[in-house]
This record gives sequence, structure tokens and C-alpha cells, in this order.
Amino acid sequence: MSATKFDVRYIAELARIKLEPAEIATFESQLGHVLEHVEKLNQLDVSEVEPTAHSFPIYNIFREDQIRPSLEREAALANAPRQAQGLFIVTKVVE
Amino acid sequence: MKSDYIATIGLEVHVQLKTKSKMFCGCAIEYGAEPNTHVCPTCLGLPGALPVMNLEALRMTALTGLIFQCDVAPICKFDRKNYYYPDMPKNYQISQYDLPICQNGEVPLHDLAYPKDAQKSIKNADKRVRLIRIHLEEDVAKNFHFETTSGIDFNRAGTPLMEIVSQPDIESPEEAFAYLTSLKQALIYADVSDADMEKGQLRCDCNVSVRPSHQTEYGVKIELKNLNSISGVRRALAFEIDRQISALERGEKLSQETRRWDDDRGETFLMRTKESAHDYRYFPDPDLLPVKTEVFMPAVRARLPELPWFKRERFVREYGISSYDAGVLTDDLELSRYFEAAAKGAKRPKAVANYVLNDLLSALAAAGKSVEECPIEPQHLAELTGLIEDGKINSKQGKEVFAEMFASGEAPEEIVEAKGLKQESDIDAIKLLCQQTIEANPKSVEDYRAGKGAAINFLKGQVMKASKGKANPNLVGETLEKLLSGV
Repeated sequence: MSATKFDVRYIAELARIKLEPAEIATFESQLGHVLEHVEKLNQLDVSEVEPTAHSFPIYNIFREDQIRPSLEREAALANAPRQAQGLFIVTKVVE
Repeated sequence: MKSDYIATIGLEVHVQLKTKSKMFCGCAIEYGAEPNTHVCPTCLGLPGALPVMNLEALRMTALTGLIFQCDVAPICKFDRKNYYYPDMPKNYQISQYDLPICQNGEVPLHDLAYPKDAQKSIKNADKRVRLIRIHLEEDVAKNFHFETTSGIDFNRAGTPLMEIVSQPDIESPEEAFAYLTSLKQALIYADVSDADMEKGQLRCDCNVSVRPSHQTEYGVKIELKNLNSISGVRRALAFEIDRQISALERGEKLSQETRRWDDDRGETFLMRTKESAHDYRYFPDPDLLPVKTEVFMPAVRARLPELPWFKRERFVREYGISSYDAGVLTDDLELSRYFEAAAKGAKRPKAVANYVLNDLLSALAAAGKSVEECPIEPQHLAELTGLIEDGKINSKQGKEVFAEMFASGEAPEEIVEAKGLKQESDIDAIKLLCQQTIEANPKSVEDYRAGKGAAINFLKGQVMKASKGKANPNLVGETLEKLLSGV
């Protein structure tokens, strides 16, 4: 078991995944090991290393503000399990 | 609001940028298009589609930062904000977390930005509301709710969206109104957004708390949603502040929650409490590389507009009009342009300002037209004031010509010619009319000579009447005086 306990139930809830108690135990142990590996990074001395947001030293990949063709609506909706009036239809959501 | 309570308000404003294409793909942005006609794998959130940043959206956000004197970061980056909702099928929104493009800054609240009925009782003149940050993100899809299902249109998904977050510096619904008005005005001047709340181009969430004035720590923060107009924000805050104070006075404990404003009913309703607060698990988006802003900042600086509050000062200085008039003229960018185009060619810009503010605005309002649709060329308005100034027509005739200009779009000279309105400035003709009038009204002449100075006004009126309103009233006055005192 890792020193940092992995809260499988909470992560499963955030990811909207339903887990059985046995699965929770398995993932808790497995993901705990992953965390242990990552923990090792904390032991490195990185005081001389510049913080980066990305692994490549590349910046500024842009595009100019130009319109490009969109999909035909039939193509966009082709894989939708349900559609009506040009809309993707989903189970009713309320905020 | 009761004086023994203090309200603390912070606003989060979302602004759609007016780029041609979306933030991370080339789909067109078009309000009101047929659903799902401006979509592609990227803005639909299909697996494997990769985003590429729209440089213009970054420039516009940096420009907004400059307008409000923010610090534009040398390096910024994009992060994933994870959440589950069908308006964002890839299950995260691309946003900026710890390295936003702009930080700090401030929005000035000018007198005319306040609601009309509150302009006489502004508590803190020249107040500035500090900003925390401005960051860039992608807008989400639009949901339509039916009986048992919801429908989703992805045309809006991926529209570049700026989020402008204020410090909790706002202390009243009127200040919130002024803040949004100032913000909107500057965004339109900078041409970065049309900022029309009805079209959802500017959207606002409010955080509001109240506390007794003797208490130093903030009260419980409550978030308001579904605010669809600037006056709606004012109404919602006024209601919510009263509601919170009443609850506290009844000894109730407020809890951190999100409430929905119902503008028809004029009330807020509970949406959710803090227990269901989100955990977004932000992390850097590996699909997007960081941005060094220095490469585009020179171009952005060159685009800095003359801001409404500076234009107002300049109008006072250059055209000799009052600060109030200049404020009304600069309130609307198009109106300020119209006025300036007319005032530049006018002998007396003040007269142009009066015509614009009194006659033109009411004529436009009555016709339901915007300034851009104004049928009168700015140059023609300058000419009209010139005709009055030179005594070619009198001000009463001016109104008649103006009405005709507004109806036909013709030049004032043509109208004056066609209607035979030219003011009579021929001295002999006026002299003749004056003599006839004096002869016909011996009683008034007697009164005048006996020291009743006002009697001349009656005579003047008679001359004007005899000339069918065409005589130059100044000349008539002078001639009558000469004749009455000289003979």
C-alpha cells in the first residue's frame, strides 16, 4: 500500500464510473503503486530546473483567423444515437 | 439597502470575441445559424481531433488587457477543466488555470455608466473596480430542453470566450450596473466583441454576500446565475441583497449556494448548494503548446483605441461642449463617430451637438433606427447648423428642414430652395414690412415710446407673421428699434 492513499471512490465518482467493492480494492492497490512510482520524482532535486508547462521547448503554434469548411450536418449527426430538428438528442439534463 | 449592512459583490463576465472563426478550429461563428451547421471534429469533441489556437483571439484578449491596464503575461498556457455535461462531449473545456493571459488591472466607473435614476447619488465618484484576471477559453454548446429530452447545438461550441473576473470591490447593484456598462462600452470601442447580452455575447455571474457593517469578515458568498441584461443584474442583486439581509435579521444562517434569477417573477431560487461543488482537476492541455505573448504585443499595442472616457475629455476640449453632452455622445461609439464627422466641418460644433442630442436622437428613436441607419449625412447636419448660424434660415425653419432631411436624406440647401424657406434678409423688404406694421399698430408704438420696452416684441411678432416666418428675426428687431427711436 502506498503512503499516499488513492481515493478510488471519489475518482470513480468524478469519472462517472460505477465500481464493485472488489474492483475498488483492486484499483486502490494498483493505482496506489502508480502513485508510488510518481512519488519518486519528488525525491529528485529540481531546484536548478526551469519549470515547464510542456515537454517540448516549442511555443506559439497558431493559426490565422480564417474560416474553413465545416462538416455537412448529416455527417456531423451521422453517429448520433438520437437526433431531431438538426440537434443531438440526449437524456434530459438539468443544471 | 439598509445602511447598517454592507454588500460585497464580485462579477465574472464571459465575453464572446468577434473573431471570424472559432478558437481552436476553422468553423465559422454565426449567431442564429441552423443548428449544427458550423461544426467539425474539433468543436464536436470527437476523439483524435486536435486544437490549434486562433492567434486573433489571443490578440483580442491581450488588447482587452491593455485597455484595462492589466499585466499581460510574458508566457501563458491552456489547461483542461474537466467536467461532465453534454454541452462539452470531450468532457473537458479548454481554459486557462494558473497562467492566464492577463492579470490585475481595473475598470473605471464613470458617472454616465450608472443607471439614469442613480446618477445624482453616486457614492464613490471615479471609482475603479480592480480586476483579478482575464483568461481565454472556449465556449460550450447550447442546450435546448424538451419534455423528456435535451437537444444540443454545437454551433456555439468553440467560440473564443474571455472570462473577466473582478475583485469583490463592488458595493451596490448600481455599481454593478456601472461596471458592466463601462466594460461593455470599452469592449465595443476596442472592437473585440459586440457584447450584446441578449445574444449571449456578454454573460455575467455574480457573487454577492452581505454582512453587518461592524463585522470585518465577509458574509456567506452566494452565486447568482441566469442574468440576461445589465438592468436584470441590478434587479437581481437588489433582490438578493434584501433577501440575505432579511434572512440574517430573522436570525437565519445563510449557506454557500448558487441561485437562479427569474426576471419575470423578480426572485432568486435555489439551484444547488455547496455540497455539489465541482472538482475540475485542472491540468495543462498536452495538445496545446504554451504562448509567448511578446511576438504579437507590438501589433496589439498599435490597435489600442481611444477609450470612451478619453474621447469624452477630448470632445470637451476640442469642440467646446459640456462634459455631460460629451458623455452622452461618447456613450455610443457610432454616435461619437457621427458627431465628430459633423462637428469637424461645422462653424459651431456646439450647435451640432445640440442638434444631435436633441433632434437627431429623438428622431432616430421615433423611427426605431440606429445611428448607423441614420438617413442624414453628418456633413448635411453641419450644413444645416451653418445655415442657421449665417442667418440664412431661422431656427424654427431649421426644425422644418431637419424633419425633411430626416425623411428624404436630401441636403439642407436643396430643401431650403425647394420649399422657398430662405430667410428674408433683404434690408429694404424688411424695412417696408416694419414701416407697415408700425403704421398699423399706433397703440403699441405709443406704449413703446412711453417706456414699455416689451411692446416691441408684439411688433416684432407682427412683422414675422407678415413675412410668413421668413424674416430674419434679428434684423427685424434691429430695424424696428431704429425706426421707432429715429423717427
